[in-house]
Amino acid sequence: MELLFAATIGILVSTGVYLMLRGRTFPVVLGLALISYAVNFFVFVMGRLDVGHAPIIRVGVDQYPDPLPQALVLTAIVIGFAMTAFVLVLAVRANIELGTDHVDGMPQREGRDE
Amino acid sequence: MSLILIVLLPLVGMAIPPLLARTNRNLAFASAAGLASTSLVLLLSRSTAVFAGEVERWSVAWIPSIGWNLSFMVDGLGFMFAFLILGIGVLIIIYARSYLPESDNTGRFYCYLLLFMGSMVGVVLSDNVLTMVVFWELTSLSSFLLIGYWSHTVEGRQGARMALVVTGMGGLALLAGALLLGNIVGSYELSTILQSRALVDASPLASTALLLILLGAFTKSAQFPFHFWLPHAMAAPTPVSAYLHSATMVKLGVFLMARIFPVFAGSEMWLFLVGGTGLATMALAAYWTIFKDDLKALLAYSTISHLGLMTFLFGIGTPMAAVAAVFHILNHCAFKAALFMTAGIVDHEAGTRDLRKLGGLYGLMPITGTLALIGAAAMAGLPPLNGFISKEMMLEESLHVHAGSLPGWVVPAIVTLAALLSVAYSCRFAFGTFFGERPESFPHPPHEPPNGMRLPVAILIAICVVVGLFPEQIAEPLVKVSGTAVVGEPLPSFHLALWHGFGTPLMMSLIAIVGGALLYAGRGRLFAAHNAASVRVVAKRLYDGVIDATVTFSERVTLALQNGSLQRYLSLLVGAAIIVGFWPFWQLGYSSGSLPSTPTDIPSIVGFVLLVVTAVGTAVFHRRRLVALVMLGVVGLVVTLAFVHFSAPDLALTQISVEFVTIVLILVALHLLPKDSPRESPGLRRVRDVGLALAAGGGVTALVYAVLTRPFPFESISEYHLANSVPGGGGHNVVNVILVDFRGYDTFGEISVLAIAALGIYALIDQFGLGRLSPGLKDQEDESDHPLMLSVVARLILPLALLVSVFIFLRGHNAPGGGFIAGLVTAIALILQYVAFGAGWTQRRVRADFHPVLALGVLIAGLTGIGSWFFGRPFLTSWHDNVHLPLIGDIEIASAIAFDFGVYLVVVGAALLVMANLSKVDKREHLLAQERERERKLSLTMPRVEEV
Repeated sequence: MELLFAATIGILVSTGVYLMLRGRTFPVVLGLALISYAVNFFVFVMGRLDVGHAPIIRVGVDQYPDPLPQALVLTAIVIGFAMTAFVLVLAVRANIELGTDHVDGMPQREGRDE
Repeated sequence: MSLILIVLLPLVGMAIPPLLARTNRNLAFASAAGLASTSLVLLLSRSTAVFAGEVERWSVAWIPSIGWNLSFMVDGLGFMFAFLILGIGVLIIIYARSYLPESDNTGRFYCYLLLFMGSMVGVVLSDNVLTMVVFWELTSLSSFLLIGYWSHTVEGRQGARMALVVTGMGGLALLAGALLLGNIVGSYELSTILQSRALVDASPLASTALLLILLGAFTKSAQFPFHFWLPHAMAAPTPVSAYLHSATMVKLGVFLMARIFPVFAGSEMWLFLVGGTGLATMALAAYWTIFKDDLKALLAYSTISHLGLMTFLFGIGTPMAAVAAVFHILNHCAFKAALFMTAGIVDHEAGTRDLRKLGGLYGLMPITGTLALIGAAAMAGLPPLNGFISKEMMLEESLHVHAGSLPGWVVPAIVTLAALLSVAYSCRFAFGTFFGERPESFPHPPHEPPNGMRLPVAILIAICVVVGLFPEQIAEPLVKVSGTAVVGEPLPSFHLALWHGFGTPLMMSLIAIVGGALLYAGRGRLFAAHNAASVRVVAKRLYDGVIDATVTFSERVTLALQNGSLQRYLSLLVGAAIIVGFWPFWQLGYSSGSLPSTPTDIPSIVGFVLLVVTAVGTAVFHRRRLVALVMLGVVGLVVTLAFVHFSAPDLALTQISVEFVTIVLILVALHLLPKDSPRESPGLRRVRDVGLALAAGGGVTALVYAVLTRPFPFESISEYHLANSVPGGGGHNVVNVILVDFRGYDTFGEISVLAIAALGIYALIDQFGLGRLSPGLKDQEDESDHPLMLSVVARLILPLALLVSVFIFLRGHNAPGGGFIAGLVTAIALILQYVAFGAGWTQRRVRADFHPVLALGVLIAGLTGIGSWFFGRPFLTSWHDNVHLPLIGDIEIASAIAFDFGVYLVVVGAALLVMANLSKVDKREHLLAQERERERKLSLTMPRVEEV
């Protein structure tokens, strides 16, 4: 299971990095979202894997998953949303203002398609 | 308490003149003068104590852990400097009222001046070296503002920048020196440091500390070779030059040497560094002074020369030399400030201060002329004026210098030469302006200035005369008490007197006066020789060269790295991260841990396969944006399921709500972006990117696997959270208790970030020039446009969803849920209305403005935190108790629920603020795009028309 989970994070990172290296805003946003998943997983799994419990204190239960990474990831998910939204709006604004969604720093190459 | 008031009055009061200046210029002037005078009176009220030899202290801990106190003291030295700063400050304020043109914003000027004044007083009264450095830097900053006050002139801007670079650099050195000194002594309190000569002498770091501190002093006091900034600072308005660049700020360096005198003076290094620099500066600057045609430049160089004189005296290191230096500081303040103001009067009334265009003004402005003549005589050191006495003392001290193997006559000879030159340039200043041939015309017809400008000059000149005639009665007490403070022990008995009897100093004086007069008379030949022979090593050119080279270098580096391409930055970043990440594996070897792995179950495998397919699909199909987005949505869902599977119900709830909001937002944004990405990276580039991506992913996988197969290397704080969640936080849901209680401060920061991000988005869109609601949204009013199924369901769901969010919110402390999730659910319910009915329709019904919701949320969360202060607890300590309600029974209430409500509001406000704003861009963008299209076509067709 550990290897499976590690591979999952790796795949999310790989696809995220690849997309972030594309030349247009939209794939960059997608890549950012994928990397956010990966980072959240990474922090989450630092509390080790645990199946079938919940961090809710109950009488008679004495095994709980690590609650701290969960709390950290919970806020990270929300902040990640805020960041994605911000980047999106930035992309929209840039597209409207510059008339292009290139991120390679050369807006004059507008419409350069291969 | 009132000791700190002397410093604080100008600093706090600096806000007043700009406010008053809007209504009345005179009010601004009166408030500035009033503040400065009050501070002066407060200072003078201590004179009896100071003259009795008492040292008043005031201190409050600032950063106790590093020994940094906000502590002040009034000893003799501080008293004298503060007196000069505030006294001359008042005169300058009076002078500036008449000097500055009506059109100027005098409020701003007085504001800067008060800032400067407060910082200066702060430096000289500080009893803690770190506090002193802070005020020292403040004087550099405020002098930057004052020099550049006329920011429309190139000289003003350049001069201000140069002064800031040079003195700022010195300030940094001083900070380092102060830290070293504090480390050597073990305290940053000046009163302790000054008692610790033995410790300093024994330390091997002492010479480094001294060097650094002197670097600060020399740059501030324009000592050779750092003198060049001072003449360029003359671009400042004349009141500023008179105040900062002759009377006060440039004397800070000298003040610093006086302050550290008890700890360092007398050593060989001190004599050569301080004495040598002073001597060189005094002689060189005096020579340069003669050739300056600009009155202010002449005075600036003469100031450098006199600062050199003071430095030289402190460098000698004997008590009597220190006394002479202190006395000369006083005298120089009086005559040099007066002369600067005279130069300002000439400039103001005649329209020029170029000696080549001036002459014979005495007949037109006899009173000013007389005052200037007396001032120049004091500067030249003629009897019976104050400058004569301190110069005599300096000549006397120069006879006692024993500098290594240097013959005994060398130093006195250089000193006499410098005195001779100063007589010559004083003659040039006075005679060149007021006598000699009067030019045919001046830019302005000259006449006597208004009283407001003449009065301060007259007061200062009167002081020069009175001190010269009655030094023992007027100046001696002050000189004695501050001299004692400098030396740090009782002074040898002495009296200030005009007449010292016949002796070598008088002979030297006579040589200087006669020689100087002769030199002035024969200046024609001197000028010719100077112009023919001079080797022009101009320090400014050196400075410019260094600055230019630095700028060019950093430009090149920046342009090489920062070419504007996000792809370049990210590939460099990822590449660097991969190298840094793999390095330890390389060095230490890679191995997985020994922990037995958990068994793999079927749902996990299914999830894994689904996630791999969709994540890779997102990357592969990224050019077909909608398809990629759908894939991404599935990735999010799998992530949610993973949270469910791996015991994180709160995360699952959060993830699925965020997923919904995010996908809707991206959809809306996609509406405003191109629908497809054209293929554009060349094949090689894509291969490289795949390589980078695989390396990054592989590295992360290896890292995660290595961690997961090992047990915790330390005891996690989670055990504490689990154990204390119920008894300490009053909640069974540990994740929620951590969020709102244990780590509430973090959460508070996070909701602030959320609010800021939402406001940032609002600013990005709103600044774009959209109104509250663009008229283009009207057409969506037609209800037949709304998708039937969705609009029916959306209406039904709204109340249900709101109810669910209340439920989730309330139970959050004990079961999965809480403010974040409840907020997201509410947001989804409302966003669904936007989706079903369109932005215009919804916004007319959801009247709420989301800014207040955001603000209220942060406010409630913050107030809950502050509330615990009233119970004597730290910020955000939560309180909980069982409350018995009739009918309902016992329920547990925690104050954290109020905090969670703040979180809830921020989440709702942020999500909807973003949604509402992004949906406004809609139609507008279409219009813009159409317009752009038209323009493009127009520009395409235009040339063709011309060709035809």
